[in-house]
Amino acid sequence: MSRGTKKASHSRLPMIAQAGPVSLWMILFVTIPMLFIIFISFMTRGTFGGVEYTPTLTSYKTLADVIYLNVILKSLRVAVVTTAVCLLLGYPFAYYIARKPADVASRLIMLLMIPLWTNSLMRLNAWMLLFQTNGPVNKALLALGLVEKPVMFLYTDGLVLLGLITNFLPFAVLPMYSSIEKLQNAMLEASADLGAKPSTTFLRVTLPLTFPGIFSAVILTFIPALGTYTITDMLGGGKVLYIGNIIKNQFGTIRNWPLGAALSVLLLLITALLIFIYSRFASIEDMEVM
Amino acid sequence: MSDSIVSIQHVDKWYGNNHVVKDMNLEIREGEFLTLLGPSGCGKTTTLRMIAGFEDASSGIIEVQGERVEEKEPYQRDVNTVFQNYSLFPHMSVYDNVAYGPSIKKVPKDEIRRRVEEMLALVQMSGYEKRKPDALSGGQKQRVAIARALINNPRVLLLDEPLGALDLKLRKQMQIELKRLQKKLGITFVYVTHDQEEAMTMSDRIAVMRDGIILQIDSPLEIYDHPNCRFVADFIGESNILDGKVHSISGNLMQVETPCGIIKTCGEGFTVGETICVSIRPEYLSVTHEPKDGFTVRARVKDFIYMGTVIKTSLDLDSGQELKFSRFETDPDLHEGDERYLYWDPAKSVPIHLEASEVQA
Ligand SMILES: Nc1ncnc2c1ncn2[C@@H]1O[C@H](COP(=O)(O)OP(=O)(O)OP(=O)(O)O)[C@@H](O)[C@H]1O
Ligand SMILES: [Mg+2]
Repeated sequence: MSRGTKKASHSRLPMIAQAGPVSLWMILFVTIPMLFIIFISFMTRGTFGGVEYTPTLTSYKTLADVIYLNVILKSLRVAVVTTAVCLLLGYPFAYYIARKPADVASRLIMLLMIPLWTNSLMRLNAWMLLFQTNGPVNKALLALGLVEKPVMFLYTDGLVLLGLITNFLPFAVLPMYSSIEKLQNAMLEASADLGAKPSTTFLRVTLPLTFPGIFSAVILTFIPALGTYTITDMLGGGKVLYIGNIIKNQFGTIRNWPLGAALSVLLLLITALLIFIYSRFASIEDMEVM
Repeated sequence: MSDSIVSIQHVDKWYGNNHVVKDMNLEIREGEFLTLLGPSGCGKTTTLRMIAGFEDASSGIIEVQGERVEEKEPYQRDVNTVFQNYSLFPHMSVYDNVAYGPSIKKVPKDEIRRRVEEMLALVQMSGYEKRKPDALSGGQKQRVAIARALINNPRVLLLDEPLGALDLKLRKQMQIELKRLQKKLGITFVYVTHDQEEAMTMSDRIAVMRDGIILQIDSPLEIYDHPNCRFVADFIGESNILDGKVHSISGNLMQVETPCGIIKTCGEGFTVGETICVSIRPEYLSVTHEPKDGFTVRARVKDFIYMGTVIKTSLDLDSGQELKFSRFETDPDLHEGDERYLYWDPAKSVPIHLEASEVQA
């Protein structure tokens, strides 16, 4: 698109024309389903599942129940920890890759992507095999004499957290890598030239300039970590409940669609809030999207 | 060597197989304005970056204030740089960019404010404090970059083509401003440019570079009047360069035989029969109706260009070579197509040895 060469009034029409198909696609497959979910969340649960179209706030009132509040808080806590660990591990890793020559960097990125191309159920099963009562991890621990009897790793919060972190780490690294890679060496040199120690340069130049990548990493790990159910289902064994499991159950076995919808709306609101916070600090266009 | 603040000794720089700086020796004196002048790609930026410590020399020694460059991290040095591509911090306002150095040194806020305002006034950027670098023109960015470096009051300031993006008028103004500032603050300036006029007006000394080698280092006047090689004669100011063979020598006076006739020049250390070239500045050239003082080169007037107070005249030699000749007054007697003989004061022309590569068989 020829930007800035024509006057705004002239270029608006082609812009709309170009955005048209995309908007249509978005409306059909994103906006309408989303509005439908919001709509359902305000409806009554059908006696035999399904939805009765009588408006009510029952679902939202249910959410305020202590049981649900606890699940929501716990899910938020786990998602926050997952995100924090992914950022802390991912940033140095992304930095390391970004400062390598391009060919080495692309190979390292490839390595990072490989897990994403494997089936996630397979990966989760692998974790379960590793950590089961007579799995290799326990055998190793016993052999080393570190424990006296096998540790129950399965279905614990710890293993869920480990599963979440390993699953979302690549999603955290990629956007941060792409931000750090854009950071010119000249910026770091200019900062050093003006007397800044490496730590000062990091805080005052590197971090702010790579903020868009960090924030994308937050969005890309926090939101899915909050909503996931496969990882929590398998590694948590359904013993520990998270928002994602409840939503799945409401739409599935329990067939309370309005409650599931209300929980989904809650997730939507949290996402919207995060993006709103970001927009206060930086422009949305700078955000790293993959 | 006590009065040199930067000392470069036998420094080589290789990028892979590319020999970018070749056995460079340079002593930069405390408080002087030294310019590295040379065509694009000759290694000026590389030299500056080695002094700043951003690039290691492949071999040789670089000392700043008596200490080896490698021994100090860039942030520990009393050297600041104005980068060729400005390198302003895009996430900071103009104010924060300029305030960066003092804020790191924990200077009190009021003091920072006062100094930033002073610096911005100096580079005529007052009122732009809140702007982000993205919203500045190239010239404005350069001025902010200068302010950001100068505010730290360094002992040595390295400037890499700091005025390259300015329009002519602002550039001339900033040249004077920078020169004045340099004198006032007593800061040593190492200034990179490929604009010879800028180098001539600002520098105490100029180091003319080509292909990683310093060909000549001298005061602007000395370089102008006594270029030591053909490249320098050609690169600095306007010059007429005539090729020829030394025909005879008496004392320091030489007769040189060119394809278009005999000319005279003054110099020492030449031998009869040597192939040389002679450089003569346009303002030292004169024309006459009859051959004079043993000069026998004839030329035809091609055209005149009036440039304010100076009239530049082009002359064609029989060989087709074009010479430049400049005067302050019109000569009513001189017209396009007229034929004249050239002459000049031999002491005003410079005979130059040719490098092996420049001698044609
Ligand atoms: N990082 C680098 N890696 C490889 N070669 C380089 C690098 N930096 C510079 N060069 C090469 O070194 C030579 C000198 O470059 P330098 O930047 O010092 O030139 P310069 O005199 O500053 O030119 P200009 O006036 O265009 O800025 C050039 O041939 C350039 O291609
Ligand atoms: Mg350069």
